[in-house]
Amino acid sequence: MNGAQYIVKFLENKGVDLIFGYPGGSVLFLYDILGRSTKIKHILTRHEQGAIHAADGYARVTGKTGVCFATSGPGATNLVTGLANAYLDSVPIVAITGQVGVDSIGRDSFQEADIVGITMPVTKHNYLVKELAILPEVLEEAWQVAREDRPGPVLIDIPKDLFAGEFDFAHASATSKRKHKTPLKNELAKQLGKITAVLQKAQKPLVFAGGGLVSSEAEEELKQFIEYTGIPVVTSLMGKGVIPEEEGGSLGMVGMHGRPAANLALSNCDVLVAIGTRFSDRVTGNPQHFLTETCIIHVDVDPAELYKNVHSEIPVVSDAKKFLQMLLTELREEKSSFAFEPWLKQIDSWTKEYALSFRESHLLKPQAVIKAVAEQATDNPIVVTDVGQHQMFVAQYYPVRGKRSFLTSGGLGTMGYGIPAAIGAAFGRPGETVILFVGDGGFQMTVQELAVIAQYRLPLKIFMINNSCLGMVRQWQELFFKKHYAQSVFTEGPDFLKLVDAYGIKALQISKPEDTKTIVDEALRHPGPVVVECLVDAEENVLPIIPPGGQPSEMLGRWHGEAHISSIS
Amino acid sequence: MVKHTLAVLVENRPGVLSSVAGLFARRGYNIESLVVGETEDRTVSRITLVVEGDERVIEQVSKQLNKQVDVIKIQDITAEETVDRQMLLVKVSADQVARQEILQLMEIFRCRIVDIGRRSLIIEATGEERKIEAIIQSLKPFGIKELVRTGTVALVRGAK
Repeated sequence: MNGAQYIVKFLENKGVDLIFGYPGGSVLFLYDILGRSTKIKHILTRHEQGAIHAADGYARVTGKTGVCFATSGPGATNLVTGLANAYLDSVPIVAITGQVGVDSIGRDSFQEADIVGITMPVTKHNYLVKELAILPEVLEEAWQVAREDRPGPVLIDIPKDLFAGEFDFAHASATSKRKHKTPLKNELAKQLGKITAVLQKAQKPLVFAGGGLVSSEAEEELKQFIEYTGIPVVTSLMGKGVIPEEEGGSLGMVGMHGRPAANLALSNCDVLVAIGTRFSDRVTGNPQHFLTETCIIHVDVDPAELYKNVHSEIPVVSDAKKFLQMLLTELREEKSSFAFEPWLKQIDSWTKEYALSFRESHLLKPQAVIKAVAEQATDNPIVVTDVGQHQMFVAQYYPVRGKRSFLTSGGLGTMGYGIPAAIGAAFGRPGETVILFVGDGGFQMTVQELAVIAQYRLPLKIFMINNSCLGMVRQWQELFFKKHYAQSVFTEGPDFLKLVDAYGIKALQISKPEDTKTIVDEALRHPGPVVVECLVDAEENVLPIIPPGGQPSEMLGRWHGEAHISSIS
Repeated sequence: MVKHTLAVLVENRPGVLSSVAGLFARRGYNIESLVVGETEDRTVSRITLVVEGDERVIEQVSKQLNKQVDVIKIQDITAEETVDRQMLLVKVSADQVARQEILQLMEIFRCRIVDIGRRSLIIEATGEERKIEAIIQSLKPFGIKELVRTGTVALVRGAK
């Protein structure tokens, strides 16, 4: 058996049925073998970045490991952004890259790049396989590493001669020789008693739900915990959707552009149960001033997250699902009861007084488009965003429901993520509605992948929020750089309708607020892919906003419909 | 800020040192010294790191290291009773007159002369960091031509 056959067989045995990739010189042999597989389908994207973002989207909606292939040199370096994106958002991906032949390594050969060196900081782990004897062990270990504990991307770099090389794999060890690590501090069992005691005494408790709950699929456990205790919930961007928003106590997203009531609850709680969140700077502002008076119970499967950004009175190393299961059992056994009526009333009054709002005008507002789609798409669609203003508007105005149904580039903030990630989502959950919101900036970064959408007639509903500028950059320049709009306005753009049409995809346009409902309806009813260009008010800003380094309570916004923005206090 | 000595056991695989060193660079921690070599088990290498930082930094360093797939175990042996050693090789100018004086000095420090040239000597010394510093200071007046030293290696004393 040769190396390529072994790899394809390995992936088939792991249940892989879809690979996103792009062939090239060093992986010709691998593709020759892959092309003969009856179990694995390969999706040819139009750029390697598209392949890895698609693998990312596929992994996020299915919970399976995304797999992508690329050739050596430029093929491999084009994966870097996608690996970093998956690394920061903890998405399991196995990327296999070809490398120049073993004897050519280190000679600056044609299409040679030290991809293991380059991707070391943006992968959970990576490998350069220099002999076939270790290939089985490396593949097995890589597969485990990508999935276990906190998931993440793993890259395996394989010289091209190994794909063709014959080897008797029957005698090679296929188990990882990794040694056991030292036991951890702050194990769940030891902390449970402390947690229940603190929760019983809490006057103003709050749950802060992060992306860890999504990847451990703890939606049901969280729901039960909330029902039992009545503790209100806020989420991070990555945790969005883990609990249905605007139902049963979810106050929505916190952070720089979080919902006002959510941020106020975060600022004022006395006990914070933070699960599967790393307290990103988009939430904490200056971490030294963040919730200094609050008792933080910080639960994460990755011990390195505890104390990394914020202090914590009760650190817990645990998977989110297991944590909630054990805590619930404990609370039920002790028949714990909870009462914090004044706190809930306080939150209720914040929710009413500082409701999210935007000012309608004769111009189309991005928020209005998003709200309209949310109201009209009633089949619990998968919602995907790109990065920028529209991403924050979706986070604020689109109540997501359903498991693994909200995809966004949270940690890295990768423009261009949207289109390929939505492609991955559509392949991962065929038959379900996938809605993508993308700005005109991000749209043009990975627009070539429209070809894949057209080729497979993926029924994506793409709403391109076109303000002819880089909205978030423009907003910051307006607020913090005295309206000096340096390089943030597109003075020349393509005719997007023609562009979309050229790919053979249906193109629609909304330019007037009054047309929104009809056109959104037409788009959602259209059986195939559709791109709706939404010509929106370019001056619209994402509010509220916590100025850089500020605390959650220091939001600026238009609180009662006034023209200027101000802080709450 | 306190100096911490970390003993890190890692898989003896290519690229491990670079991933450990890279981790320090990208997370903004400073390495004071780093020594690496095989252990009694040939599949395992031991990296002895001296790192400067407060408790929070050292805890983060240790946890981030522990996450590396190729890292097996980390011990902060700063507070332990340890034997700590550095090694020094120094080439010092030595004419006929100075030579005698240097030899006497080196006797006191229990160093060895490992090479004698017409105008210079190479001295080999091992010891704790303080002793190595003292040796260097004492040789400075003669003129140090070249100097090379290792970082600290350390083992915990006794039964552990």
